[in-house]
Parts: sequence; C-alpha cells; structure tokens
Amino acid sequence: MASVTDTNQAPTSLPAQLAGKLRPHHLLVAAFLLVYPLIASDFWIVQIGAQTFFLGLIALSLTLLAGYGGMVSLAQLATAGVAAYMYAIFGQNSANLGLDWPWWVVIPLALAIAVLFATLVGALSVRTEGIYTIMITLAISVAFFYFCQQNYSIFNGFKGYAGIAPPHVFGVDWRAPVPFYFLALGLGAFGYFGVLWLSRSTFGIALQAVRDNPRRMAALGFNVRAHRIAAYAVAGLLAGLGGLLLVWYNGRISPGTIGVGGAINILVIAILGGLRRPIGPFIGALFFVLLDNFAIDLIDRERFNLVIGIAFLAVVLFSPDGVLGLWDGLKRRLAKTAAQRGKDMRTP
Amino acid sequence: MFSLTRRILLQSAAAAMVLGLAAGSAKAEDTIKIGVLATLEGAFTVLGEDSMRGFELALQQHDGMAGGKKIVVVTGSSDASPDSAIAAARKLVEQDKVDILIGPLSGAEGLAVKDYAKTQPQVTFVNGTSAAQDTTLRNPAPNFFRFTTDGVQWQAGLGDYAYTNKGYKKVVTIAEDYDFPYSQVEGFMLDFCKAGGHVVNKFWVPIGTKDYSSIVSSIPDDIDAVYVALGGADAVNFLSQYQQAGGGKPMIGGSITVDQTILGSEGKRKDYLIGTPSAGPLADNWDDPRWHKFVADYQKAFPKGFPSPSLFAHGYYVETLAVLTALDKVKGDLSDNQKALREELSTMTLDTPTGMVHLDKNRNGVADIFLTEVSQGADGKLYNKVVRVIPQVPQTMGMDEAAFLAIGPATRDNPSCP
Repeated sequence: MASVTDTNQAPTSLPAQLAGKLRPHHLLVAAFLLVYPLIASDFWIVQIGAQTFFLGLIALSLTLLAGYGGMVSLAQLATAGVAAYMYAIFGQNSANLGLDWPWWVVIPLALAIAVLFATLVGALSVRTEGIYTIMITLAISVAFFYFCQQNYSIFNGFKGYAGIAPPHVFGVDWRAPVPFYFLALGLGAFGYFGVLWLSRSTFGIALQAVRDNPRRMAALGFNVRAHRIAAYAVAGLLAGLGGLLLVWYNGRISPGTIGVGGAINILVIAILGGLRRPIGPFIGALFFVLLDNFAIDLIDRERFNLVIGIAFLAVVLFSPDGVLGLWDGLKRRLAKTAAQRGKDMRTP
Repeated sequence: MFSLTRRILLQSAAAAMVLGLAAGSAKAEDTIKIGVLATLEGAFTVLGEDSMRGFELALQQHDGMAGGKKIVVVTGSSDASPDSAIAAARKLVEQDKVDILIGPLSGAEGLAVKDYAKTQPQVTFVNGTSAAQDTTLRNPAPNFFRFTTDGVQWQAGLGDYAYTNKGYKKVVTIAEDYDFPYSQVEGFMLDFCKAGGHVVNKFWVPIGTKDYSSIVSSIPDDIDAVYVALGGADAVNFLSQYQQAGGGKPMIGGSITVDQTILGSEGKRKDYLIGTPSAGPLADNWDDPRWHKFVADYQKAFPKGFPSPSLFAHGYYVETLAVLTALDKVKGDLSDNQKALREELSTMTLDTPTGMVHLDKNRNGVADIFLTEVSQGADGKLYNKVVRVIPQVPQTMGMDEAAFLAIGPATRDNPSCP
C-alpha cells in the first residue's frame, strides 16, 4: 500500500514511479505477453489468453471497489452486461433488432451507459456496509438478469442477441485471434495501469482512507459518499470495457451470460488472485480459465467440478490473500531462510 | 507440514498442466478423434449423463473402432447455456483438435454451435439431441448434421389426434421460454390449428420455475385441455399446483413432459394422467425387435442407468451410430476436408432402434415419430402406449417448403390461432 507520506513529496508521474520500481521479471512478463501470440495456438491465444484479460478486467473493477474501497459489489458482471447489451442493441446483430449505428457512436454510448448504471448502483449501495453491500448489489444483479430474461421488446428475452462482432477499424478484423488478443491485452493493461495510477493519486489515497476509517474522513471534511460513488463510476468504466470484450468474444449476449453463477465467478476470480494489488484479478482469471478448461481432462468427467472446487478451497484455505498472498508468503519465507543462512555463515 | 502439502499441491498442479498440454498435442495417424459435448453441469446434468451412456453404448458396440482406426474420445461439458457450449466446443476443436464433434444437448446450445461450426470448416459437427428448428432450417452450416430430427417434427400428428380423436377444440399452452419449447408448441399447433382448433393463450415460463400460481389462476374455464411442454421437475410442479387449485382439464404432453418422473405418480394424479396424448422420437413400449435389443443392451451396459434409455441416450446413440457407420463405409478417410465422410452422412440410410433415418438437403433427419397415450398396464403401472407411428416425418411436416418457411421462425407469438 502506498504510504501517505508519498503525497508530501513532489508529485511524480506514474511512468517515473514505475521506472523506479522496474525489476527484470517485469520486463520478462511484458516480453512474454507480447511474444505469446506468435508461439501459441489460436485456442491458447483467445480462449486462455484473451479471456484471461477481459475476465481479469471485470474482476479488476471489483478489486478496485473491494480492495481499495472496502465495498464488495456483486453487480460488476451486470455492469459489463449493460455495456454488452447496449453494444448489441445500438449496433449490429443478427436478430434484425439492432439500430445499426456506427461504431464510433455505439462504443462510447455503451460505455457511458455502463458508467451511468454503475453510478446508480453506487448511489444505491454506498449507504450500506459489508454484507449489506453484498446483498444489495446481488439483488441488483439478479433483478437485471430477470429483467433481461423477461423483457422482449428491448432485451429480446431469453435468446438475447447473436451475430455480434467488433467493428472493422483500420481495416483490421479485431475478432481474428491475434488482433483480439492484443486488443484484450491493451485494454487489460490500460485497466491495470489505470488502477495502479489511481491508487496512488489523491483520490485513491482518500478512497483507501475512507475504507479504513470513514468516520474520521468525514470528520476531516471529506465527502465519503461522493468518493465511494466515484469509485463505482470508475469501476463501471473498467467493467464496461470488459463487457465489450466479452460480447465480442462470445459473439452473443443473453441473460445466461450475466446470471448469478457468472457474477459469483467474478468474485471468485478476484478473491482467488488476491485483492491487494491490481495484478491479482489477472492472476485469478488465468487460474480460473485454466481450471475451467482443463479440469475435465484431469479427472472423471462426472466429478471435474470437484477439482475446481477443491483448488479454490485450497487457495483460500492456505492463503486468505489468494495466489498473490501465496507468492508474498513464499518470498517472505525465502528471504527469511536467506537471512537465516547468512546468520549461520556469520557464526562459525 | 503445511509447506509440504503446499509443495505437493503446486507440483501436482504443474504436472496436471503439463499432462493437459501433452494430451492436447498427442495425435497419431491411425486414430480418429471424436469430441462429445453434453451438459454435465447445471439443471440438465442427469440428462447429460444419460446422453453419454448413449454415446458409450454405440462406441462399445463398435469395439471402439471405426473405419479400421481407433476412436479417441474427448469429453466437453456445458451447463446448457449457449456461451458454455461454445466455450466447450472451442476447446474440443481448437485445443484437442477433434476430427468430429458430437453434441450439444439442448436447443439454444445447438443454435450457437451451428454458428460456430461455420467458422471451423475442417471439422464435422453432428448434433446431440438439441432440437431447435433453426439449427438446420434457416442459415444451416454446411458441416452440421442432425439425425435426431427437431422439436417441431417430434410433435407430428399430435395436434390432429388431440382435435379429432380426443375432441379438444380450445386449449392453452404452458411451456418453458426457450427455443426447444417454441419448436414443440409450433409442432403441436401446425396440425391442431389446421384441424380447426384454437390456442386461446400461451404461457411461457423460465426453466426451473417453482411457482405456477399466477398461471394456474389465469387459465380460463372454457377450454378443453392444457398443452404442457415442460421438462422434469417443472412439469411435476405445474401439475401439482394445477390440481391443488382444482384444475381438472385434461393434459396434452410435449416430447419430454410425460416421462417416468410423472408416470410414477400414485393416487388421484394417476387417474388424471390416463389418456394423456403425447408424441416424440421414441416410445418406451414400442414393440419392435430393434427397440427391444437397444433397451436390453442399454440395461446390460449400464445397471445404474435409467430403467429404460431416455430420449437423450437414444439421441446420442443414433448420432454416434451414424458417425461410426459412415466412418466404416469410407474406411476412415478424412482427407480433403472430410469430403467422403460428409458425402456418406448426407446420403446414407441408417437403421436405428427407432426405424430408418436419412437426411434432407439441409442435413436434417427424416425419421419416424411415435404418437403415444398414457395407459395403465396389467401391473397397474402407467406407461406410454404407442397409438400410431407416423412414418418418415420431414422437417417441413409434409407441407410445401415455401409455405412452411413462410410461417416464419418459431417464437413466443408465432404461430398463432386464437
């Protein structure tokens, strides 16, 4: 967590901060992510790679709210669903119901409506704390699911919309595996660095302070509610971007995509990765996507969900901070043994 | 202690990952890889497991070989949502590199997989039991084959029988709100409306509805029967609440409505059910040696399975049989984008436990349909008695193709005859 004293120094830009923190393994990961589509098959590029980025992006919006703001929202997939539905409705789809507006109108409009939706969710739920926030956002999520399923004039009911593709901008077919991978990587990176930057900005620091002690912040003159609602709005943008990638990836959107199961998966991804840093949700998403795809190959087909469940249980049991926590624990332990070894060497 | 467990955990996860990768890339020349996609999660899990029995039975009877090559099987699972079906199909096709994909199980999944099939011309897709009409009727995929016929075909003759023989003139329909029941209601209404019947109102409910009280109270008094196309627990819940509310209009059943879960009823419900007409691609009590053999083989192979193979075991069995028979015929030749195999699938006439099947120009099955009525056997138990077998029902239900297409896709509101 960034210490508050940082803000007393001359403000440094994010690139400068990052440059100071750069380690060899950061470069290695970046290089791997860029080279990956050249060495992997289409399945690994899209279904594992791209899916990790956009599920991670949606989970990142939850990390922003839960990790930095202390507000666990189960409405993040619904927010992504709003963006996806809006893209389908205002754009082009095969149900002959779309308005077929150009992409440069549809994409900002879909994102704007997603942000508006998230802001409303925020305005409704910021009066609550803890488990009540979870309940109210779950209720919104479920209500949105049933609304989509039963509304036929706008949301096309159970069937939803099919035949949705990303626009061909700059003559590139963005749904082809490699372009789609880079699109997802780009937006994922935007979300990652955006949250990193936000968490160190004045707003981010204030948000974390609100999380830790809202009454003291209110006494200091901060508008606690406004900070929280703003966090929902920013998270809405991240979830909206993830929702666009989601609808392009599936080529379709229907109530089944945004059901309670999916909303809980987003929570699982965020918890699994770890809520403490913005890389967490991406690690969680990778873990989740791999398990989801390959658990069935590991064990009898009638019991493969057991593998998924046990893996999640194991991670949460051994590390309440998710995979990130495991990693931190490992680092601490290695440091300790190294120190121990150093001490041993000093004492003859 | 903990660190040891954790290390073992990490190691086994890594090993599993490597194994998974290896399994994906291993592929020998003298094998054919078949992917099977069924709903092994969610509300239809039990049905998905029975569909896998149908697949395994067909493969066992072929000794796991076809066209002189060994069959390698990869299983994929969905939860009946189109998204999960596509994700599983993608994994089977793009990661496991299957040559042929059999599945999926339910209606909306079939429509999605058909669209996906268009992007993978090198793989042959053979349906499981999904029965939405437009999987093959409108914008079909050239590499998608369906031997199990669709939900409209499954209701062939039912509307006419309900009107003419049972004397039901006015009915309401209650069905689940997705593509397969749309097809079922259309199949019933085509005959029923033509004969002169009226469907006064249509009620659509989400899958898994528990509370039918608002629908039960909306059913008008001046109707002759209720047409119910609900599956499993939904049908049981509806019938219980309908009878508790004092509703006594006779029932007409969709293809998966009057199954063993309902026929096992005792008491007052039993008398109510006797005489319920229904129609579908199979009938438990069809007196035919091919069917008897199929049931006996199924019972022998799966002592823990259903008492008699379900529609889903039958469907996957038929589709797998078609694939294996065609592979034998072309001697496992998959060259030139599987041209020979597809040619053979398109033109073959397959002898199945429920009669002969061949495909039309949209690669959709033309098969016999069974019209049944619930009767009481000598042992006092209820069963579906075969009233009539409607031979070789085509996808256009015997209508002129242009006239049939003019009806439009089956939806909540189409067709209509109030």
